Amino acid sequence: MSQTSHGIGGLSYDAKKRPWPAEFNVFLALVILVVAFELIGRVFLGDSFLFNTRENVSGLFNEQRLQIIILQVSIVGIIAIGVTQVIICGGIDLSSGSIVGATAMIAMSFAQVATVNGNPNPKAMFIDYGWTDLPVIVPVLVAIGCGLIAGLINGLLIAYTRIPPFIATLGMMVTARGIAKWWSKGQPISFPTDSFAAIGKGLMPVVIFISLALLFQLILSYTKYGKHCYAIGSNEDAARMSGIKIANHKVLVYAIAGILASLAAVVLCSKNLTAQAGMGVMYELDAIAMAVIGGVSLSGGRGSIIGTVIGSLIFGVIISGFTFLRLDAYYQEMVKGVIIVGAVVLDQWRQRRRAIGA
Amino acid sequence: MSDIVLKTENLTKHYGGVHALQEANFELRKGEHVAIMGDNGAGKSTFVRQITGVEQRTDGKIWFDGKEVNFAGPIEAREAGIETVFQNLALADDLDVPSNLFLGREKVLFNLGPFSILDRKAMRKATEAALIRTAVKIPNLSSTIRHMSGGQRQCVAIARTATFASKLIIMDEPTAALGVQETAQVENIIRTLKENGEPLILVSHNMRQVFDLVDRIVVFRRGKIVANLRKQDTDGNDIVAYITGAKTGQAELQAA
Repeated sequence: MSQTSHGIGGLSYDAKKRPWPAEFNVFLALVILVVAFELIGRVFLGDSFLFNTRENVSGLFNEQRLQIIILQVSIVGIIAIGVTQVIICGGIDLSSGSIVGATAMIAMSFAQVATVNGNPNPKAMFIDYGWTDLPVIVPVLVAIGCGLIAGLINGLLIAYTRIPPFIATLGMMVTARGIAKWWSKGQPISFPTDSFAAIGKGLMPVVIFISLALLFQLILSYTKYGKHCYAIGSNEDAARMSGIKIANHKVLVYAIAGILASLAAVVLCSKNLTAQAGMGVMYELDAIAMAVIGGVSLSGGRGSIIGTVIGSLIFGVIISGFTFLRLDAYYQEMVKGVIIVGAVVLDQWRQRRRAIGA
Repeated sequence: MSDIVLKTENLTKHYGGVHALQEANFELRKGEHVAIMGDNGAGKSTFVRQITGVEQRTDGKIWFDGKEVNFAGPIEAREAGIETVFQNLALADDLDVPSNLFLGREKVLFNLGPFSILDRKAMRKATEAALIRTAVKIPNLSSTIRHMSGGQRQCVAIARTATFASKLIIMDEPTAALGVQETAQVENIIRTLKENGEPLILVSHNMRQVFDLVDRIVVFRRGKIVANLRKQDTDGNDIVAYITGAKTGQAELQAA
């Protein structure tokens, strides 16, 4: 960026002293974490975290582990893309995990087959109506519709009743979970069509996650919508004075977050070949954590999807690293909590340092 | 009449029982710089808020640019050509200079509704041109407002108003929170605007600044305009007398 090397009005500016992007720090943290697991593994377990040590498998890296890392974060990662936009806009979305649950149940019931192994599908909800073996587009559109409605309700509540996003989305969190349980009276919904099952097969969740992340990173960087997200999160009054239609924008942001949560639900229940009312519990917090770890400021105005993607990888590496070190899953949860709080403390500290001009 | 940019007649604003502004009659001519002075609560900011459509007046009429106007909000006033530098700056801290200059009226390459693609190059070029035109000094356009000094922020806010070829610029205490050098920079920008013939209303408490910069001084006291004086016909003591109420000014206003 050579054009930034000169100032306006005769002032000189040293482009080299420009603060590096926050994403770089996050990436550095990821590298440090991987190196740490690698070293601990080599010293204490005599095994490598990152590299391939098995003779019967080719390749430099331990591809299996890398695949698991990215696969297990990609579904929550899709939610985190939406949550990132909400947080940049100065809000918060606690409802995404429950939206995943409700959407998975509803969408799956439109994706079921009529017969399993020659017998009528016992779990098919709409078999009496003949709504079985529907084309894959139907459950996907139903899912998007569910996410859109939930997101719109969130957005309209926040924009027009002016209640805090925390409360509005908390209400949606409880309500959507209730809908998930009510939909099939607590029964799991299973046996999807092959075409629906293909959505979550193999590395498809990763492909969907990365494509959506790229799409929304471009939207945030290059469109009016993105610019207004940062403007509203950074100074809502200024944005209003500048003529940005705050209410419309907020409704749009929460609607997008809802749709992304519903897409995550499609991928999740397709991958698991079943939908259960308890799906997506705590996903909202994991998604918020990914964003915060990725440098998205909870006070709004700062962050990026790229940061969130790196944040999600940090998340995946920690979980995978703990498994690698053969630590119990309990410890993972405990450490997750510490990391989330740590990331917010770090963000506050960064802000204070900036405020005093260091 | 044709060279009158802004005219108010009996402009009145009540907040419940509080008569914040009473029957203000005000005129601003092309290329003229007018200062509004007065004690806290005298009605200066209320007056500005009625003109810029931030609030709706209780009574009275406003003509702007030859037409009677009723702005429903600040956006309409801005679209009509009234640019305001608000006391609270109205900048987004996490955005860079071009983004702030064009906030809410971005240049776009392709119009796709909310997802319109921004024309970042054009906005950057226009920003550079605007800053040079107003003699604003900013070391780096790409750094965010958060990283700038109070003076630089104020300069950006002022450059924003000057960028959009506005017909009237209103500044509400633009140097209230600034240091000596930063104040000088802002004052230089105001002089540049004067040279360019752009009319300005300056709300200020700073007597030296007012006498340095403007052609005419209007004094508010208890919601009323108590003095409307050309700079050469008055002095600091005279203005202070009007501000404090030692001189009432009713006789002079009626005579004029």
